[in-house]
Amino acid sequence: MNWIYEPWPWYIGGPAIAFIMLLLLIIGKQFGMSSNLRTMCSIGGAEKWSDFFNWDWKAQRWNLVVMLGAAIGGYLSYNFLSTNVVNINDALIPQLEAYGIFSADQTYMPTEIFALESLNLKTISILILGGILVGFGARYAGGCTSGHGISGLSNLQLPSLIAIVGFFIGGLVMVHLFYPLIF
Amino acid sequence: MKTLVYLLIGIIFGIVMYKSEAASWFRIYEMFQFGSFHMYGIMGSAVVIGMIGVQWLKKKKVKALDGTSLSLTPKDKGVKRYLFGGIIFGLGWGLVGACPGPMYTLVGAGFVSIFLILLGAIIGTFFYGLLKGKLPH
Repeated sequence: MNWIYEPWPWYIGGPAIAFIMLLLLIIGKQFGMSSNLRTMCSIGGAEKWSDFFNWDWKAQRWNLVVMLGAAIGGYLSYNFLSTNVVNINDALIPQLEAYGIFSADQTYMPTEIFALESLNLKTISILILGGILVGFGARYAGGCTSGHGISGLSNLQLPSLIAIVGFFIGGLVMVHLFYPLIF
Repeated sequence: MKTLVYLLIGIIFGIVMYKSEAASWFRIYEMFQFGSFHMYGIMGSAVVIGMIGVQWLKKKKVKALDGTSLSLTPKDKGVKRYLFGGIIFGLGWGLVGACPGPMYTLVGAGFVSIFLILLGAIIGTFFYGLLKGKLPH
């Protein structure tokens, strides 16, 4: 039964994502995860502050259900389907250790950033700031890795290609230029 | 009934994100270090299969199950918002190693501190709503 806990290779994960996107399309919906953030703002009453949140978010309730499912999927995976250890390229381990991250090849997420015991002013600021950038950027660009990366590119949308190029410029700048300053 | 279908799709999505390790900070870091083909393989194969699927559905003029046409709204033309917004998103993605889909999955998996990222993402979305009129699009 050990195979149950094994991570899935890319050639299972990638096609499965395409399958989910196509399945939603056939049901009449468009795959995109970050619009749920806008819906949550609207539910919280953000329309008082900006017309951007005055939209037909009730038509997006299905997406909140998908979001809830994604969380349940995470719960099931963590508890029943995984060893919760991610093995990465060993060449990167010394780099990570230089940043103070020693949990590579031992955990799913670096405990030095994400474990509750590691929460301090610095990690809390990193997590919130990172979230703000993701949320702001996703809405500014009109989509995230799912909406642009998968749905948009599959529909041969040039804007989505531009957004993906942006995602990678941002990520590369962060990891290569800013990490040495932050960690 | 329909709600159950969406829930099931979400659960499968969550399991795929977790099991393929696309939700792991380590994999995102590795991707931006060009340390492995893994993440590129996931996204590349998803896009290639997605593209073939979508183009085929369009060619066959397949309707959605409810009889409407497929939700393939074309994106507005332009460069600035996609490039600037994309770069800002990428900075955050690189910093916390989580994009919106995996965020929900990680919260469900019990990584409580991901709530802070989620909170930030909601705040960021709210900021965009406030500043929308002042940004180049």
